Amino acid sequence: MSKETTISASQVVAIAKPYRLQFEEAQESWVLLYPEGMVKLNGPAGEILKRCDGIKSIETVVGELEAAFEQTGLQQDVISFCEIALQNRWITISR
Amino acid sequence: MDINSESTSALADDKPTPGPPLWLLCELTYRCPLHCVFCYNPVNFDNVKNELDTESWIRVLRQSRKLGSVQCGFSGGEPLLRDDLEELVGEAHKLGYYTNLLTSGVGLTESRTSVLKDAGLDHIQLSFQDSTKELNDFLSHTKTFDLKLKVARTITDHDIPMVLNCVIHRLNIDYIENIIQMAIELGAECLELANTQFYSWAKVNQAHLLPSREQLERAEKITNEYRDKFADKIRIIFVVPDYYETRPKKCMNGWGNVFLTISPDGTALPCHTAAMLPGPAFPNVKQHSIEEIWYRSEGFNRFRGTDWMKEPCRSCSEKENDLGGCRCQAYMLANDPTVADPVCDKSPEHHNVEAAVANAQLPNKQVADEHPLIFRDAKSSQKLDKDGVVF
Repeated sequence: MSKETTISASQVVAIAKPYRLQFEEAQESWVLLYPEGMVKLNGPAGEILKRCDGIKSIETVVGELEAAFEQTGLQQDVISFCEIALQNRWITISR
Repeated sequence: MDINSESTSALADDKPTPGPPLWLLCELTYRCPLHCVFCYNPVNFDNVKNELDTESWIRVLRQSRKLGSVQCGFSGGEPLLRDDLEELVGEAHKLGYYTNLLTSGVGLTESRTSVLKDAGLDHIQLSFQDSTKELNDFLSHTKTFDLKLKVARTITDHDIPMVLNCVIHRLNIDYIENIIQMAIELGAECLELANTQFYSWAKVNQAHLLPSREQLERAEKITNEYRDKFADKIRIIFVVPDYYETRPKKCMNGWGNVFLTISPDGTALPCHTAAMLPGPAFPNVKQHSIEEIWYRSEGFNRFRGTDWMKEPCRSCSEKENDLGGCRCQAYMLANDPTVADPVCDKSPEHHNVEAAVANAQLPNKQVADEHPLIFRDAKSSQKLDKDGVVF
């Protein structure tokens, strides 16, 4: 397959069509909706994906998360998760 | 309870409550320009004349969303026959639903597609009956094939994600390769090859529609080849006909678990065929709130969980996997909705499924001798109803 499966910190990703990300009060979690289905995201996954807006780079997303949760060294975790998300076609590389 | 009340007190009850009705299916109408021989609308659909009005549908959408519904399907019949479809899609979108339109494509003009897209429609599932004009038009008893191709292009031109759905059965399963190729050419994001499940009109026509094992295995093999080869282009879903299984399906993912159907007259059902079941009538949104229906009605609690089970289900180690299978199938094949789904080989009535499967191995000429194919139309509906056919 020719499709990219790795992501670098300088890249920008966004939620891919036909997925839609939204917060669900009833489930107290972020979910990805797609035709006739739903992926319920755990806390970290939701926090990462809600920042994948097609504008911010992965680096910036990592910076925001580290600031929000007062942690450091999250970059590798974020990239690993984004690569899984990319394989699942939840996200796409904008640039 | 007042029908406009949207209290969520049940969520605070002490005893464990089921999750929300994540999937809301609005069957806007049973009216349909097609006459498909495998239609899952009730055989007596022609008796239903009093469709909900726009205001009632909007109330359903609001109440259900408040309980936590996220997926909203608009189906039928043909939902495009409702001229308030655009308004309902718009409302559903504003409420935060992921909106799905399940359509034959008849009536989906360029301008309606454009308005639906602007209203926030997220996805269209377009049904095809076959990859050839001849068989499509024969099976739906209409001249709709060319129109469907045109509609498919209109949908992709408007950049609306499209899933193609083709009901698979004895008469078209041998052309599965052409069907897959067509879906790829039309740019579908996903293709559902849904083997006929034998309810309603498909049950009436079962002998004509149940494929042989050989047909099924060939189709599955071809599907897998295409799935590998075009993994990047299209997702292909192949739904196996459950008569060929030895364990039943976890029907609707559990009774009253995630799925809520509202039929055209406002009757709320745990699945779109449950109205066939004997017992008290299912609740109607004209009299009850969605919250009351989902959490507290007799109908939605009747087969919830595992407490209702009899043997062999009750002591079965696999009961949580399939929750005893389908209640409608138990009723149709064992004449009792409270017993194991006869698809299960532990069911004492499993021989009924085996007999149907054995019959399907016969050559076409010997299989289909009960009656000719019965097309779904008002006249046949009236006749089947008069003859006491309930499924």
